[in-house]
Amino acid sequence: MGWLALPLSAFAALLIGALLILAFGANPVTGYHALVSGAFGGSYALASTAQKAVPLLLVAAGICIAVRANVWNIGGEGQIVMGALASTATVLAVPGLPAFLLIPLVVITAAAGGAIWAGIAGFFKAYFNVNEILSTIMLNLVAVQVMNYLLSGPMVNKSQSFSVTGLIPQTKLLSENSWLPTLVGGTQLNLGVVIAVAVAVAVYFLLWRTGFGFRTRAVGLSSAAAAYAGMPVKRTMMNAMVLSGACCGIAGAVLVFGSISHRMVTDGSLTGFTGNDGFNGIVVALFGGLNPLWSILSAYLFGGLLVGGTAMQAVIGVPTDLVTTIEGLVVIFVVSIDYLRFRVRVQEEANELGQGHEAAPPGGRRSLVFKLARARS
Amino acid sequence: MSAFFTYAVLTATIASAIQYATPFLLAALGETLGQRSGVLNLGVDGIMLMGAFACYYVALETGSDLLGVLVGMGVGAVLGLITAFMSVTLRAKQGISGIGVYIFGLGLSDLLFVRFVGTPLPVNPLPTLNVPLLSRIPALGRMFFQQNLLIYLAFLLVPALAFVLYRTNYGTRVLAVGENPAAADSLGISVTRTRYSTVILGCTMAGLAGATLLLLDGIFQENLTQSAGFIAVALVYFGAWRPWGVMTGSLLYGVVTAVVLQWKSLGIIPLSVADLAATAPALVTILALVLLAGRFRQPASLGKAYVRGG
Repeated sequence: MGWLALPLSAFAALLIGALLILAFGANPVTGYHALVSGAFGGSYALASTAQKAVPLLLVAAGICIAVRANVWNIGGEGQIVMGALASTATVLAVPGLPAFLLIPLVVITAAAGGAIWAGIAGFFKAYFNVNEILSTIMLNLVAVQVMNYLLSGPMVNKSQSFSVTGLIPQTKLLSENSWLPTLVGGTQLNLGVVIAVAVAVAVYFLLWRTGFGFRTRAVGLSSAAAAYAGMPVKRTMMNAMVLSGACCGIAGAVLVFGSISHRMVTDGSLTGFTGNDGFNGIVVALFGGLNPLWSILSAYLFGGLLVGGTAMQAVIGVPTDLVTTIEGLVVIFVVSIDYLRFRVRVQEEANELGQGHEAAPPGGRRSLVFKLARARS
Repeated sequence: MSAFFTYAVLTATIASAIQYATPFLLAALGETLGQRSGVLNLGVDGIMLMGAFACYYVALETGSDLLGVLVGMGVGAVLGLITAFMSVTLRAKQGISGIGVYIFGLGLSDLLFVRFVGTPLPVNPLPTLNVPLLSRIPALGRMFFQQNLLIYLAFLLVPALAFVLYRTNYGTRVLAVGENPAAADSLGISVTRTRYSTVILGCTMAGLAGATLLLLDGIFQENLTQSAGFIAVALVYFGAWRPWGVMTGSLLYGVVTAVVLQWKSLGIIPLSVADLAATAPALVTILALVLLAGRFRQPASLGKAYVRGG
């Protein structure tokens, strides 16, 4: 029963999605067929899906670190923006560097931008006891305005033709040396895919093969026990947040330097730049069982959902909001079904122990989501 | 700057500050009730969006704002029932289940908007209700007593919620369940029923908050709330889970927003840094959270599902 929970959640969400398609007076079978072939039919679609999955995977890897330390980083959106701004500013400053220096520099500055932004929330969480969910949300709101300011002021492309509405808030075409090289000709697939998978694997090793990872997971399971064992709880929480932000920051760089336009543009809103990837990444991480390696698969599936959603819109006219709705439902079902899974396990354990059906239920300390993840890792 | 300190501009700024504050206040009061019983609901923003869309659609189709508001509240209540089912019955991790509700509401509200609204026309704003006598007071009347019905309602809900929480049996049960559900349970108070009621009531208020926001703007659009629901949750922490504190926070947020906009339109803030100035409300809230976070204790069982004997 256990391993069925995630596919079951996805199935239930898609089922409700089908009902919504029916409400539009369209045919769900046609719609989902368009979605699947738009996402996975042919090499171009497969490459587009992979490209869409890149920022999702990077954010998800970051979420895995934070949540393992029981810190909830809801600020992926802001960290993506800050990573993008930091790396874009770097390229605008030193456009002449050769690609083999500039691209690593882009990744490092993007990671730093996201890390600093998340670090603010991590610092307030660790040392001032400020709820990180709230501070990261607030920092999202700050980040979008900083982006709008920089892209319409200091970083704006001044050589664009002046229109009635003023300058378009975007940078000039960024140095060609900073473009992420394309891997497969004729598709959008670029180096971003390699970076994202490498980050995911690195996060896996960090969490399960290093002392830092052990401390992170220990703090997440029980900060009281970790403190008793002499672990630096506050510093661990803050570091987890910083690393989480670094991953999100890299996602921002990929959105700029792996894009077709090769410039940073804002339409004034957060989602206009991020495509809601800061939240989508949370869904991906959760669906990947908070494990960065499973998140690779999860990111690919959700990337497919997003790419296919556009194809579906073209065929049956149902807007891509349907995909957002389905994502929300997936989260709702995953966290809800968790309880049912747990009930089954308690029941099985109880039966083994011969204690009848009323076994001791779980303590509140360790989250069920966490148990789900542990059970699979 | 002297253009700002005139009678007309100052009173108009405060009057609009109160309007900006109202949706936050309504949502935050609802969230306060839920959190006082130990349930952290992060889906407020999604529920506000759904409430706003429902209100918009009904008001557009029937021409009745009041009916729109009622349907918006009804939608909030239904989503509250779902939230309570997840948080209380299924004992889902509350932070993340709320994010699920948020994403769901974000997607569905726009999906329905595209599906059911052909040409987005503005709905009639709520009429201004001048309070007899009080609205004639110089300055104060213009600022506080020439507003619409929902704004008066929101601010009347502050003492109402304080009364309910601190002076009624129901309020005592809510506080007991939020502080020590096991003890409350042992005294025969149903933790489940109490939390269901607070969450459903709180989400109804979130629906009302969305409807209020919609009627102030007049027209629905994708992501109308711009994270207002999350700010409302922050204001609950800001207000230290006390209705009057939550009101103070909402007003501060509203005032900072209104002043920044006013200064922008008066040219006190140059257009080039207007975007930076727009960060002020969020920065003030973060600062306030940092300064206040250590001073007050949150409800002891906040965010923790209750398991009898667990």
